[in-house]
Amino acid sequence: MTKGAMTTDPILLLDNVSRVHGRDETAVRALDGVTLTVQAGELVAVMGPSGSGKSTLLNLAGGLDQPTTGKVFVEGADVGAMSLRTLAALRRRSLGFVFQDFNLIPSLTAAENVALPLELDGLRVRKARRVALDSLEAVGIPELADRYPEHMSGGQQQRVAIARALVGNRRLVLADEPTGALDSQTGEDVLRVLRSRCDAGAGGLLVTHEARHAAWADRVVFLRDGVIVDSTGTPPSAESLLDAAGAV
Amino acid sequence: MSIRRGLLALLAQEPMYGAQLRSEFESRTGGTWPLNVGQVYTTLARLERDGLVEAAGAADDEGRINYCLTGLGRTEVQGWWSAPVDRGDTPRDELVIKLALAVTVPGVDIQRLVQTQRTATLRHLQDLTKLKRATSDEAGGRRPDEQKELAWLLVLDNLVYAAEAEIRWLDHVETRLARGAKHAPESRTRDTARVYDDRSIEGAK
Repeated sequence: MTKGAMTTDPILLLDNVSRVHGRDETAVRALDGVTLTVQAGELVAVMGPSGSGKSTLLNLAGGLDQPTTGKVFVEGADVGAMSLRTLAALRRRSLGFVFQDFNLIPSLTAAENVALPLELDGLRVRKARRVALDSLEAVGIPELADRYPEHMSGGQQQRVAIARALVGNRRLVLADEPTGALDSQTGEDVLRVLRSRCDAGAGGLLVTHEARHAAWADRVVFLRDGVIVDSTGTPPSAESLLDAAGAV
Repeated sequence: MSIRRGLLALLAQEPMYGAQLRSEFESRTGGTWPLNVGQVYTTLARLERDGLVEAAGAADDEGRINYCLTGLGRTEVQGWWSAPVDRGDTPRDELVIKLALAVTVPGVDIQRLVQTQRTATLRHLQDLTKLKRATSDEAGGRRPDEQKELAWLLVLDNLVYAAEAEIRWLDHVETRLARGAKHAPESRTRDTARVYDDRSIEGAK
């Protein structure tokens, strides 16, 4: 894909994806024929009871698991056709996870945590730090760059996690109950940050069981027994997104 | 909703005429509860009859009368601030009635009913969230503008939490119904089926 070119490829596409655990009589269909797209600039929330397939969906989207049938595309590239090495590179360069419990490395500062995927990808330390600082700026906490996680509040740590998920050219953030450990106002602040990063062009997939937080998304899809049973809207067409981009 | 008490609370701040009361009420509640002028004037007339408000002077050139609180009116407003809102007074909720009927009337796809409602309520929640996004998250300062913005945010938050509560309740209903279906003893299922059959036979007669 040409870098910087206007492309109509969605950031994430799950195409008729099924995931079956076990076989024959004990087979469990965790996901059954799910099709879902996340465009640049779009935040999509997934809601559903426990066991509905939310985590499986997120793991497939992040290349941590492979579908039994169907295909997963990240920025137009078929994840299933990738070698392990290419897949690892994709996870370093294209997407990042945000978890309920922040998952920052305690012995690294905020900036070092954010810079880590870049350094693993071979970027020089100084350059990586510069890019990390930009990312911290984008989530509104440039002043916390040299702080360690234990000296930050939960909300601040989650902002660092979002900064890390979208550092550099990473454009897909996969968030698994990112507000689960936060009080209501801090949770809302984190959602505002996630929202603004998507408004700035990232794609986001948010798994949550809190309707109040799902409501920050452009679209909410409801998952039950591995099937999408409903959605609050239809995915935007490429044309409408281009129009919106032109209007800004 | 007590328009009556809302108007009294506004008049406690300063005397106002009808149209002014209406626009103040709407701007402070973000237009969530639109009033028509007729409602405002009939409410004012009743308040005057009950001795809670009185005309603050003669009508102005345009025929508008400023109303102000009487001593009794002031006491009423104080009482309103200090007493909790009686939840028993809130109007019956159509959705609750609808669901209660849906589980007892045969032939209703409740799972679908619940999902349709949940999607609709979430759309409503998304709309409310868009309104919040449009409002600064740092409202609450000391300037009157900022205070009005804060008031509007508080109203929005209330609607957000109410919608969220409804969705959580619907989730709960769904789980409970699913569990009920799984654990229903066979005999009961058969009984229910028989009842449905009888009704359909009756319906066919």
